Amino acid sequence: MTTTLSPSPPSAGAARKPAGGPLAARFRVPGAFVLGAVLLVGVAPLVLSDFRLSLLAKYLCYAIVAVGVSLAWGRGGLLVLGQGVFFGLGGYAMAMHLKLADAAAAGSTLPDFMQLYGTSGALPWWWAPFAHPAFALAMTVLLPMAVAALLGLCVFRRRVKGAYFAILSQALAAALSIWLIGQQATTGGTNGLTDFQGFFGYDLDDPVNQRMVYFVIAAVLLLLMAAVRQLFVSRYGELLVAVRDAEERVRFLGYDPAAVKLVAYVGAAGMAGLAGALFVPAVGIISPALIGIVPSIGFVIGAAVGGRASLLGAVLGAIAVAWAQSTLSDAFPAAWTYLQGLLFVVAVGFLPGGLASLASAVRARRARPRTTPPAPTGGTA
Amino acid sequence: MNGDGLTVRDLRVTFDGFTAVDGVDLDIRPGDLRFLIGPNGAGKTTLVDAITGLVPSTGSVRFEGRELRGRPVHRIARLGIGRTFQTATVFEELTVLQNLDIAAGAGRGPLTLLRRRKEVPEPVTRALETTGLTGLRDRPAGALAHGQKQWLEIGMLLVQDVRLLLLDEPVAGMSHDEREATGELLRRVSGERTVVVIEHDMDFVRSFARSVTVLHAGRVLSEGSVADVQADARVQEVYLGSAAGSGSVPGSVPDSVPGSVPGSGSVPGGVPATATATVAEGA
Ligand SMILES: Nc1ncnc2c1ncn2[C@@H]1O[C@H](COP(=O)(O)OP(=O)(O)OP(=O)(O)O)[C@@H](O)[C@H]1O
Ligand SMILES: [Mg+2]
Repeated sequence: MTTTLSPSPPSAGAARKPAGGPLAARFRVPGAFVLGAVLLVGVAPLVLSDFRLSLLAKYLCYAIVAVGVSLAWGRGGLLVLGQGVFFGLGGYAMAMHLKLADAAAAGSTLPDFMQLYGTSGALPWWWAPFAHPAFALAMTVLLPMAVAALLGLCVFRRRVKGAYFAILSQALAAALSIWLIGQQATTGGTNGLTDFQGFFGYDLDDPVNQRMVYFVIAAVLLLLMAAVRQLFVSRYGELLVAVRDAEERVRFLGYDPAAVKLVAYVGAAGMAGLAGALFVPAVGIISPALIGIVPSIGFVIGAAVGGRASLLGAVLGAIAVAWAQSTLSDAFPAAWTYLQGLLFVVAVGFLPGGLASLASAVRARRARPRTTPPAPTGGTA
Repeated sequence: MNGDGLTVRDLRVTFDGFTAVDGVDLDIRPGDLRFLIGPNGAGKTTLVDAITGLVPSTGSVRFEGRELRGRPVHRIARLGIGRTFQTATVFEELTVLQNLDIAAGAGRGPLTLLRRRKEVPEPVTRALETTGLTGLRDRPAGALAHGQKQWLEIGMLLVQDVRLLLLDEPVAGMSHDEREATGELLRRVSGERTVVVIEHDMDFVRSFARSVTVLHAGRVLSEGSVADVQADARVQEVYLGSAAGSGSVPGSVPDSVPGSVPGSGSVPGGVPATATATVAEGA
């Protein structure tokens, strides 16, 4: 009863195997992961000065955001141009806790900046719960996820797509930073929250503790990369790509694409929130200028340049772009803004797979000289 | 009326004042293999779109006693209704196996989804064999030939395990042998499921249809067995139009409605090619 449809099944059934035999293929990803871990946790702290290590800690925070961007944009096709919102929510949640803890250590109930601009002299009600470390820590992740869930539910249900979703994300980032600037007395305004003394009881001025912060950040990055990599190869990861490339088709198979996208979007928001929270002790500041429109675009540029659909590409791209920014923006502050825009346009317009796709394109050309490479990774959702 | 099968009543679809489906009634028994034919723009695809919830409509569509109208697309799919598209739509970047696995998995829970696929599900293995794609299972679907993509789509419907299959020109662009194989498959499948096929190729319709509905300008023009429909004067009118002239080729008309050249399924003898182009071209 199982007559085949194909009168003459084509013989070209050989699956594409990565070069280097099955054993090498099996251990390629775990091997790369271990190598990365050794470099980050073992080598970097040995060879880098305290100053350079703290810079690397900052870049790794951007890399954590990029892990989420790779998930939501690379695999899910959602052009998340408002990650600054989630980064900011996580950052402010952490900063509020540190400020309150500093104040308590100094025997005061108000953070120093509130005493300075102080109007009423009382702590705003929405600050109070952040005095609890567990609450504040949970909020760094849950708050961004909740906001993303709310926004995602509205947007994905209504099938808002592509450019509109990106513009909406940008508008939200602008709105949050403008609101923060306007609330000088309770948020620190343009200055943001800065000048932290301690981090859960550890003195942040002590270089040893700065190293500890670096290790925490590196560990979080590695863990998230492992988790997201697992997600990529899971059935959900396949489904997410299917939704990105042919949302309507997925619907007719009985899935709700809105739910599929929501998971990726909320996950990416949680990661951005965590990155923002870790950024605060590593860099010592969170401010509206770090979370508005321009930084929100900055969060995706690294992933775009490195290759948004490739996890490693996105992470390395984010680190490289962050490094270039801090190196170049000191020397040519104005030029960097243009360069950043140019990078984004070139990466999205001409190299949708990023630098990561160059490698595989070259490999594919060597393996099959005649066939044209497959169409570039799908556009924006 | 009847609880089983598909029952469509007074279905209407309007696009900016243009009525593409204009009060269609349709009764399809379970296990039927119904062909939906009609000239280009008759509203065949739009009818399927309305049944599957893709375009808004008025009227009533009931399947197995449940009203489908007003439900979102994915809920309708979960009630056991699957469809293919006029241009084969598969997930180009995913492999054949991944395509089928996704089609098989709408009922999966979050925990299963978050894990890697350990083994190939039984229905997927069977669908790979049925569609002759076993050797290509690790190929990206985008690299498949046109006909193979269409089989992959049919395979996806099979693993989706739907009870009503709506196929929009599934054999367009296939060779004669491929058409035969596809037709045989549809015939086997239809016993336990209900199958509706939109088709232009009259040879194919004649070989495999259990019943036929002719749509024209958004309305049901004729319905019945292949022979009934072929004998219907209104059908001949629509397909041959004024080019053939009423009665100018009296004897040959009933037989020439469908393309009667065996195999190729193209222009029937005795009728101007232009008049039958819509019947024979198979998109
Ligand atoms: N989204 C739309 N907006 C406006 N008009 C539409 C839309 N979809 C279809 N139509 C019109 O509705 C009519 C019916 O189209 P439909 O695609 O259902 O025809 P069909 O019978 O499937 O034709 P074909 O054999 O060419 O596939 C056509 O005149 C078409 O132009
Ligand atoms: Mg059509």
